[in-house]
Amino acid sequence: MKLLTHNMLTSHVKGVTKGYPLLIKATEVKVNEVEFNPKFVCRMIPKLEWSTLVQAADQLGHREELPGELVPDYEKNEDFLKKVHRVLLEVEVIEGCLQCPESGREFPISKGIPNMLLNEDEA
Amino acid sequence: MDCDVVNNMNAATRRTKGDKKVLKKQQKASHTLLKHEGISTTSQPTKSLVVANGGLGNGVSREDLFAAVNQFGDVESLLMPPQKPYAFVTYRFEDGARKAHAQLNGKKLQSGENSVTFYLSYVDSVKHREEALVGFPEGLTLVEDFVSLEEETLLLAAVDWSMSNEAQKALKHRRVKHYGFEFRYDNNNVDKDKPLPAGLPDECLPVLQRCLQDGLINVLPDQLTVNQYESGQGIPPHVDTHSAFEDTILSLSLGAKAVMEFRHPEGRAVPVVLPERSLLVMKGESRYLWTHGITPRKFDLVPACEPDVGSNSGLTLSKRGTRTSFTFRKIRYEPCCCAFPSACDSQEGTSPYPPSPPSLPCCHADATLLEEEYVHRVYDAIASHFSRTRHTPWPHVCHFLSSLRPGSVLVDVGCGNGKYLGVNPQLITVGCDRSSALVQICAERGFQVFVSDALSVPLRTASCDACISIAVIHHFSTLERRLAAVRELVRLLKPGGQALIYVWAYEQEYNKQKSKYLKDHDKQHNGEKSKDTPEESQESHEEPSVFTTSHVERDVKDASEMTEGRLSVHTNRTAFNSQDLLVPWHLKGRKTHGEEESSGRFSSRGEPNPDFDSSMSSDTTHSPDSKPSPSDNMCQIPGGSSVPVFHRYYHVFQQGELEQLCTQVTCIKVQTSYHDQGNWCVVLQKE
Repeated sequence: MKLLTHNMLTSHVKGVTKGYPLLIKATEVKVNEVEFNPKFVCRMIPKLEWSTLVQAADQLGHREELPGELVPDYEKNEDFLKKVHRVLLEVEVIEGCLQCPESGREFPISKGIPNMLLNEDEA
Repeated sequence: MDCDVVNNMNAATRRTKGDKKVLKKQQKASHTLLKHEGISTTSQPTKSLVVANGGLGNGVSREDLFAAVNQFGDVESLLMPPQKPYAFVTYRFEDGARKAHAQLNGKKLQSGENSVTFYLSYVDSVKHREEALVGFPEGLTLVEDFVSLEEETLLLAAVDWSMSNEAQKALKHRRVKHYGFEFRYDNNNVDKDKPLPAGLPDECLPVLQRCLQDGLINVLPDQLTVNQYESGQGIPPHVDTHSAFEDTILSLSLGAKAVMEFRHPEGRAVPVVLPERSLLVMKGESRYLWTHGITPRKFDLVPACEPDVGSNSGLTLSKRGTRTSFTFRKIRYEPCCCAFPSACDSQEGTSPYPPSPPSLPCCHADATLLEEEYVHRVYDAIASHFSRTRHTPWPHVCHFLSSLRPGSVLVDVGCGNGKYLGVNPQLITVGCDRSSALVQICAERGFQVFVSDALSVPLRTASCDACISIAVIHHFSTLERRLAAVRELVRLLKPGGQALIYVWAYEQEYNKQKSKYLKDHDKQHNGEKSKDTPEESQESHEEPSVFTTSHVERDVKDASEMTEGRLSVHTNRTAFNSQDLLVPWHLKGRKTHGEEESSGRFSSRGEPNPDFDSSMSSDTTHSPDSKPSPSDNMCQIPGGSSVPVFHRYYHVFQQGELEQLCTQVTCIKVQTSYHDQGNWCVVLQKE
C-alpha cells in the first residue's frame, strides 16, 4: 500500500462518522524507486488530503521534511515535488495494519494489500 | 520454408490448385503433429505413415481404416491411439507405404455417417505412449451375461411405455419409468411415504433372486428406474443421492451396449463397457464417491473383438443401439453415514457443493449466503485460471478510460485481475475486489489495490473523478443489492464525475447480431480458435454442463425440470433462458505441453473434433480461451478431459433494466447507454 492509496482510504465500519484518516501500524515498510514524473505529481497534489499525507509519512518515518502546509507555487519547485513523489509513490507498507480512528477496528495489511472487508455485523 | 515442402515441390513438376491445397493441408497437419503431439514426420519414405484425420477421434472406425490402407500392401500394424484424430499404419515393406501415400493423401473416406479427408506423412518410428490401464473403481463389479436372451426379451416386454402416468417421464435425453417409488428430479430424492401403485414387475423377481443367491445384494430392492436411451442419448454424470438409497445399486443393461463413464472427484475417469445383458453392481466407493454417466453420442469406443493386426490398440467404434437399463435400488430410511462425506447429502456442510442448486434469495441474509457460495468462493477458487483468460481490455472500456482527463482519480470497483488499472497511465488508479486471490494478482502486477466489497467501498465520499464497475453488479442477487452497488459507486464520485457500468445482458443477440459469447460457440464448433473478447465471451471453456458431485440424475440442460424456484444452470455459450442463473466455470490447470498441470489433478486434454485441422489446433492450443467443443453425435472417448466445475451466480440484465436501476439513484444522470457484445452498459454523471 502506497500512501497515495492510504490518502483515499477511510474506515467504513457501521456507525462510524469519523473514520478518516486511518492510523498506520506498519511492521514492514519498503521503499521502491519509481520513475519521477513531475507533471504527474503536480496533478496528484490537488487530489490529496495534504495533512493526512504528511501525518502518514511521519508515522512511517519517511516525512522527508515535508511542510505541514502545502507550499504555494509547488509546480515549479522540483525539490518539493521529488519529496512528494517519494512519499506518495515510493514508500510502501508491506505488512501491518490500518486502524479506524473512531472504532479502533484494525484492517490487516498483508503482502502490501489492505483487507478492508467487514464482518456481517459491521457493514 | 521447411525441407518437407521443398522436397514435395521438387517432386511435383506441375501442380493443380487442388494439389496445392492438399499439400498445404498436409503440411499443416504434420506441423501440428510435431508441435502438439511430438510426432515428427519425415520427407523420406519409410514403412510407417501417420494418417491425419484417420483416427478414432475423427469417428473413423478401425475396420474402415484397415480396409482403406490394406489395399496398398501388407499391413504390419495399425495403431489407433484413443481420442486422437490420427492413426499410424506400418507396412511390411516401404513400397506399401509409398503407394498408400501416393493414393490416399488428400482422399476422402466415408466411415459410417462420416466423411473425412486423409493427410498422410511418413514417420520414422511409431511412438505411442500407452495409456496406463486403469482399473475399475473400488467397489464396482460387472457380471457379463447375467440374464439370458429369453430373460432380456421378457424384461423389455414388461415395460409398458404406452401407459402414461406420473412415474413415466419423457426426459429430453432419454425415456424413464419408475416402479415402487418415484424418483423426483426436482429434489433428487424419493417420496418415501408415497409408494407407487405399481411395484416392481414380476419379471424382475427371478433376476433379483439370483442376485441374492450370488451374494451381490443382501436385501431385495424396492425401487426400479427403467431408462431407455436411443442412440445419441445419455445421462449427465451423477452420484445417486446417498440419503435416498442404500449402498448397493444394480444396473442391468438390455438391448444394446453402452459405455458408462465413471469419474473420481479428483478427475480420474474410467470408461466401463456395459455389454447387453450384463449386470453392473455399484457398491462402496464406486456408488458413493464416483460419478457415473453416459455421454450422449452415437458411437462408443470399445475394445475390438477380432484379434486383427496390431495388438497395441485394439479399439474400435461401436454404433449405439437402443439401450434399456433397469436400475434396482433399495430405499434408505436412515441418514447415510458413508465414508465419503464430501459427496454425501446426509453429511452436509462438508460437501463443496450443496446437492441441488440454490433458490433465488428472498431476504438479505439469503442473498449474502448465495453470493458467498456462488460468487466469492468461486472467484477465489478459479482466480488463477480466470485471470489467465482475462488479458485483453475491452475497447469501449478503454475508450472511456482514455477520455478521462490526465491526473483524474479512477477507482475500479471489482477490478478482477486488474486489466484496466494500467490502461491509461495518466490516471491515478486504485482497484478493489472482493476476491483476495484476484487482488493478489493485481498487486503482483504493481497496481494499488485493496480487498473490499462493492457495497461498502472504504474510500472517502466524493474522492474520485471516475469509477468503473465492469461485470460486477450482475453478481448481486437481489434488486436492492444491485441498487445499493450503484449508489455506492455514485457516492465515491465527485460532482461532475463519471461512472461506467457493464453488466451481462440477457439479450445475447442484439440488432440481429450475435454476441461474441454466442459466436464463439459457433466458432468452436467450426474449430476456430476463439479470441479474447468482451465480457464472459472469454470463457470458452464450456463442455456439456457437468456436475462433479452428488447432483443426482438431473438433466442439467433441461430447464423445464427445474422447479420450486431453483436457479437453473446455464449451458455455456447458448442463449439465456432465465435472468437469474448459475453459469458453470470449468476449471483448468495451466497447459504445458507434455505434462499435466502441476497439481496433476486437472487434466486438460481436449475432446476430439470431427475435423483433424481444427481438432489439432484447438485441442492442444496453449491459450486457455480455446477449448474444442465436444461434438454431440460423434465419438467422445471415455476417459477424456475431466475438470472441476464451479457455478457462479448471475443476474443477467434485460434491455432498459440497467438504466431503470440507475434512475432510482438521486443526483445522477444517465449520459449514454449501449449494448456492447452481450453486455448492457451505461455512463453516469454525478450532478
